[in-house]
Amino acid sequence: MDQAPAINTSPGKWLPAVLVAWLIPGGGHFLLKRPGRGGLIAASVAAMFLLGLMMRGALFTPQGNDLLTMVIYYGGFVGDLMSGLLYFLTVWLGYAQPDVAGHVHDYGTKFLVGAGLLNVLAMVDAFEIATGKKD
Amino acid sequence: MPKMNLSHFEAAVLFALFTSVVLGIITKKTDRERVRYAAYCFGCFIAAIFGLSWLMYLGHG
Repeated sequence: MDQAPAINTSPGKWLPAVLVAWLIPGGGHFLLKRPGRGGLIAASVAAMFLLGLMMRGALFTPQGNDLLTMVIYYGGFVGDLMSGLLYFLTVWLGYAQPDVAGHVHDYGTKFLVGAGLLNVLAMVDAFEIATGKKD
Repeated sequence: MPKMNLSHFEAAVLFALFTSVVLGIITKKTDRERVRYAAYCFGCFIAAIFGLSWLMYLGHG
């Protein structure tokens, strides 16, 4: 009978990998010695984020008085933030695109949030690898 | 930073491509399964793009 893999959920085991995975997309996988997967994640997230910038997408800032606006803007802000250093560098370098009408800008905004959400999936994957839930 | 102008189709295909790659990587255990699942997801995205595009076109009248 197959034995279940040993699962270690102590924060010392997974926290560094998840933090690195957040700050540097794909970095968690590199830290866990999965360079192939890490490289593909890094390329996908970075390309999506850079395309979002080139399409002049807007970065969300927390705001709103009514519930729907708050959910959209706070959710979008968290999504943007999940790209880690890509987001911080973009803000520190002064990128400030206003939210304007047009399908290219709109796609750009979605690409920026999408990059962060893909990085969240990569962080979860890094967590599962670090804790031994998957290889 | 250069500015990029993409059509709806080009942007949606690029979104599908990157999302499929990450979904393939994180959901499956072997490289073969990952490639197959990424290709499957990409195919589903493309089918949805064409299907919804036609639906909107026909629904618009």
